[in-house]
Amino acid sequence: MTLSLAQAAIGPPEKEDLKFGFIKLTDMAPLAIAYEKGYFEDEGLFVQVEAQANWKVLLDRVIDGQLDGAHMLAGQPLGATIGYGTQAHIITAFSMDLNGNGITVSNDIWERMKPHIPKDADGRPVHPIKADYLKPVVDEFKAQGKPFNMGMVFPVSTHNYELRYWLAAGGIHPGFYAPHKGDISGQLSADALLSVTPPPQMPATLEAGTIHGYCVGEPWNQQAVFKGIGVPIITDYEIWKDNPEKVFGVSKAWADANPNTHLRVVKAMIRAAKWLDANDNGNRPEAVEILSRPEYVGADYEVIANSMTGTFEYEKGDIREVPDFNVFFRHNATYPYYSDAIWYLTQMRRWGQIEDAKPDSWFMDIAKKVYRPDIYAQAAQSLIEEGKMEASEFPDFGTEDGYRAPQTHFIDGITYDGHSPNDYLKKFGIGLKGDDKI
Amino acid sequence: MSLRAPSADSVTRIARALLLPLLGLLVFVFAWHIAARNIDTSLGKFPGPTQVYEQSFGLIADHQRERGREAAFMERQEKRNAATLAKDPGAEVRLRNYTGKPTFVDQIGTSLVTVLAGFALASLIAIPLGILIGLNGTLYAALNPLIQLFKPVSPLAWLPLVTMVVSALYVSDDPMFAKSFVTSLITVSLCSLWPTLINTAVGVSSISQDLKNVSKVLRLPFMTHVLKIAIPASIPAMFTGLRLSLGIAWMVLIAAEMLAQNPGLGKFVWDEFQNGSSDSLGRIMVAVLVIGIIGFMLDRAMQLLQSRISWDKNAVVR
Repeated sequence: MTLSLAQAAIGPPEKEDLKFGFIKLTDMAPLAIAYEKGYFEDEGLFVQVEAQANWKVLLDRVIDGQLDGAHMLAGQPLGATIGYGTQAHIITAFSMDLNGNGITVSNDIWERMKPHIPKDADGRPVHPIKADYLKPVVDEFKAQGKPFNMGMVFPVSTHNYELRYWLAAGGIHPGFYAPHKGDISGQLSADALLSVTPPPQMPATLEAGTIHGYCVGEPWNQQAVFKGIGVPIITDYEIWKDNPEKVFGVSKAWADANPNTHLRVVKAMIRAAKWLDANDNGNRPEAVEILSRPEYVGADYEVIANSMTGTFEYEKGDIREVPDFNVFFRHNATYPYYSDAIWYLTQMRRWGQIEDAKPDSWFMDIAKKVYRPDIYAQAAQSLIEEGKMEASEFPDFGTEDGYRAPQTHFIDGITYDGHSPNDYLKKFGIGLKGDDKI
Repeated sequence: MSLRAPSADSVTRIARALLLPLLGLLVFVFAWHIAARNIDTSLGKFPGPTQVYEQSFGLIADHQRERGREAAFMERQEKRNAATLAKDPGAEVRLRNYTGKPTFVDQIGTSLVTVLAGFALASLIAIPLGILIGLNGTLYAALNPLIQLFKPVSPLAWLPLVTMVVSALYVSDDPMFAKSFVTSLITVSLCSLWPTLINTAVGVSSISQDLKNVSKVLRLPFMTHVLKIAIPASIPAMFTGLRLSLGIAWMVLIAAEMLAQNPGLGKFVWDEFQNGSSDSLGRIMVAVLVIGIIGFMLDRAMQLLQSRISWDKNAVVR
């Protein structure tokens, strides 16, 4: 895909009054910043951003047109398009961020895990903490006939796949889905039983003992440390370095009806993402202040600041530097790579959400249907022409094919290459592959 | 106006009317304060009277700040529109409403408008229908099972269905009302029409035989019978129903707003709960008290209306 530099300027927006939805998590930041810094207004857009009750409501409202677009889990546009859950064609031309999640366990589980974890010279646990050290605890639960419950935020959420990846890498089976048999609990042959809990309720549910651990975005891992009810043991950065997390999704019908509006929205969001990562996270304290307002994330400043400013507190007092815990713009974070979409599809296949074997070409077709780097490139070109951005800040649109170089930074050391999803699935001990069917 | 010292009798009356409620309130606030200090949640201490006092001022300040931002927003728009017009005098410009967040005060307004609209719709359906089935035993027998079946249904059960139906049927490019408003309104109406319907029917059907005989002797036409005999006679029962309906409407609305995330006080409470900041619980408590006060005032307003309209000025209204 090549674009002439002498492009026609983007025309006026077809629809000026827009309403976008989000869930109260720190990675909704690009939306808040684009609004507060006037980037939406610069594009002639009058945007309302509105918190939604949960991921399901958010998606349904985008589908029925109550929302023009929303902050979505990367798996949501893919899941909706292939018809897992609500069937609707959703597209995304803007990836919102990388990383940003963590896995937290209750104080009791932490105490029982601790003896198994190797320590460094200072007596601190060696990171990353693998699920291998959790396995004895889960086995104990099984021996006593007690269920080991964990929470995640949505069946097609990043958190679900990350938690499953981490558990399976440590030999703990997270369970299969069997939608063709009407079983969408995701708990078939599971050692650890995963279920959905809305992010803000995670700490309270953990405290109540209903779940023993969870995987969620910020600020809900740090909240558990602050309130002394749980211990975050690993960040998703350590499970898979620089993994794609949220996207900005719109329905295809909306995008077809409002192409200029869509481009302008993407432009505003790219500028917001750049601002968030500018001067080496120098703007982050201001961003945290904005996010801590009740209309956005609304959690306390200190809680949000912890992860947004590049530190992460594991056990109380065990604060470590994780500078890339939240990445909004660096490493081409905003570019919608096909390979990112394909990774999510492989995990849907791995856990049975996609029940039948699919050829590699199918994975690529779906990725092309949902992820739209062409729209992104047009928005980026327009920003370059307006002198608001440099060409060097983007991938080279002339040569970029939408596949990241094979990625090696997984906790289990397995390499992921987006060009061959089926071969990738064969590398896993736990999970469906080839013609497996439940 | 005589200048006699107030009699002992009137002193006791005033004392009873003023001091006892005050005493009750004071005891409650004190007990609340003590209890709140001893409840420790994962979001901090349970909000006591002092936090609620602070947060209510915080919310008002918040509202004023937002109004300031709105003024700045409007100013920016006017500048931009002026620039557009300078470039192209024929361009179409318009001023649009502020896009910022609705404040606590805005949410109160939204909830009030929604509840009154839903209640009005419910009354428009329930009163005529109630009169009809009250006058006509056959119709009553036919509709009674339906009324008994739908009366106990919780609003939250209706909500998903109403949401789906409204999404499917209420489609226009420039809708007069927001979808969320229509959803809330219909849910509120569905739940709050039953008490009015039943009480009106009961009131109409239990008109004294003397009045009915008068109507027969005078050979009043049907409409005159309804307007001159049936309605005035059933006003007390009708108002009992209306007051119950309004109370239910207010309760249902808050729950519906919470669940469907429609704008209003319910959404405010839910959003604050999701925020989980150290101010959240205090703000929720402010909202709880405001919801209670508004519910109380709505009921009082209905009572006033009843004493205005009712022909029996000596009836004791409670």
